[in-house]
Amino acid sequence: MAISRILIANRGEIALRVIRTCKALAIESVLAASKADMDSLPARLADRTVCIGPARPADSYLRVDTIVQAALGVKADALHPGYGFLSERPALARLCEQEGVIFIGPTAAQIEAVGDKLCARTEAEAAGVPTAPGGPVETVGEAMMLGREIGPPFLIKAVGGGGGRGMKRVDRLEDLPSAMELAGAEAGSAFGDARVYLERFVERGRHVEVQILGDGNGRVVHLGERDCSVQRRYQKLIEETPAPGLSADFRARIHAAALQFAERLSYRSAGTVEFLVDLERNAFYFLEMNARIQVEHPVTEVVTGINLVAEQIAIADGRGLRLKQDDVKREGCAIECRINAEDPARDFCPSPGTVRTAVWPSGEGVRVDTHIASGSRIPPYYDSLMAKIIVRAPDRPIAIERMRHALAATHIDGIATNLAFHADVLADPEFQAGGVDTSYLPHFLERRRLVQEVRAHG
Amino acid sequence: MTLTAKDVAEIMRLLEQSSFDNLSLEIDGVKLNLQRGSAVPVRQPAAPAPPAESQPQSVRSVAPKAKPPSEPGLAEVASPLLGIFYRAPKPGEPPFVELGSKVEEDTVIGIIEVMKLMNSVRAGVKGEVVEILAENAALVEYDEILLRLRPGT
Repeated sequence: MAISRILIANRGEIALRVIRTCKALAIESVLAASKADMDSLPARLADRTVCIGPARPADSYLRVDTIVQAALGVKADALHPGYGFLSERPALARLCEQEGVIFIGPTAAQIEAVGDKLCARTEAEAAGVPTAPGGPVETVGEAMMLGREIGPPFLIKAVGGGGGRGMKRVDRLEDLPSAMELAGAEAGSAFGDARVYLERFVERGRHVEVQILGDGNGRVVHLGERDCSVQRRYQKLIEETPAPGLSADFRARIHAAALQFAERLSYRSAGTVEFLVDLERNAFYFLEMNARIQVEHPVTEVVTGINLVAEQIAIADGRGLRLKQDDVKREGCAIECRINAEDPARDFCPSPGTVRTAVWPSGEGVRVDTHIASGSRIPPYYDSLMAKIIVRAPDRPIAIERMRHALAATHIDGIATNLAFHADVLADPEFQAGGVDTSYLPHFLERRRLVQEVRAHG
Repeated sequence: MTLTAKDVAEIMRLLEQSSFDNLSLEIDGVKLNLQRGSAVPVRQPAAPAPPAESQPQSVRSVAPKAKPPSEPGLAEVASPLLGIFYRAPKPGEPPFVELGSKVEEDTVIGIIEVMKLMNSVRAGVKGEVVEILAENAALVEYDEILLRLRPGT
């Protein structure tokens, strides 16, 4: 069977990115858009756009029944969920499975297995993948016993959490009982699941993730790793590949661990296995698996030359994995900066509105994934990602240089953006040296704030 | 994450500066609904539709993609949901309304099916049906004009 029409259940740059690949593959694209997005660039470029509901995501992009009805109504063979919204809701994948619409992603059961963080942790252990010292705790007594064994500082994590949500840091053993009770109650109300588990908190950690592709029958390949340590409140801002400063052996072990995990699940489609690299112990631990295409996937695409969305579609179409591990060649370095409509001067407050002018960079080794052009509106209902600027170069210093030129060539008027902030990070010797950990950005922001205060008063 | 009074004030300011009339926000279980004051003339807000319940339709003046009205002053009945539109309660039965039908605000003019869930659509205004735009058993989009009425009478 051949997929000939895809419903895209998403918006923004990822919707446009999927539409472009559909066009390249001569597949018809139908965009499911909210009222607020009917005049967006993706809505104009899709072969057809259907309005699925009002601007509010709960009434449009988050409605499983409406999305599947739209797919059936336009006679789409397949559905691409993008990232965010319903992409990792087992309910959407399941309803697609029931209604005979091909879900371009993993099976509902796989989404469920990795969505339950404790289940994912257990699977990782069973696959021989290292996990941070810790485990499930049901009572305060159990927490204290485990706490004594692994030693502080601790992280209490909600089983239903993930992506930085539902975590609580505890520095002292004696604070565990009260923190446990609070965490359980919070998890219950936030995720409808009061279960928590305890892990040792890694003070100096880097966020390194491995991109994989699986055929759903146990065959999996990896496409290398990405370092996403430049984060603010668990929101990634800059991603790069390869992860700087890892030994060849360490890199090979982390790739192998990702493969072991995905093979154990017989994972289907594109996915990412996230690890925390413990700098002090020269070790890595499984964090979670993201069962979707990720925002930062282009850095992997530009160094491998592999179109991940095209591979997702091929796998969904039953054509299996078209690559062997040996076919995956990674050349050079790539960096991505996420350009957000938010104001770093005002604690990164979102700045929706109308973009008066948008000039994006181009040139050798520069790729821009964006749905924003001059005159585009950025509605306040959705996340603030405007564009991803991706550069590729033979080595990291040249990649940084290219990104600095690309940022300088970008002009956005009408709304506040984090462009200047990115330029400052790229100019920072610590970032340039490579291999920063996840505490880098908060410290950088603090330094930057102090410098600006001195300037203002000096 | 919690919302402080300062956050709310900031969000209100953003809404004020934006081109939108209302804002609904949900962060970790905290719901915030903001609506611009009536100083700005607003079109009836499109009601977030409870799916399994019938409800009157907001009547509006501008619609994308619809053919122009045959006469001025017509009221429009727009679809509250994306789904399959049915003009009759069951196949083979007469349609809820025909051209020339007189309707009250709560007269059912059709059914919209969303994944086997039937939602009845009401006229929302009193008047006479003069145009039927939506086809039977076809997909209609959210806010698509289903039919036009001559109000009053």
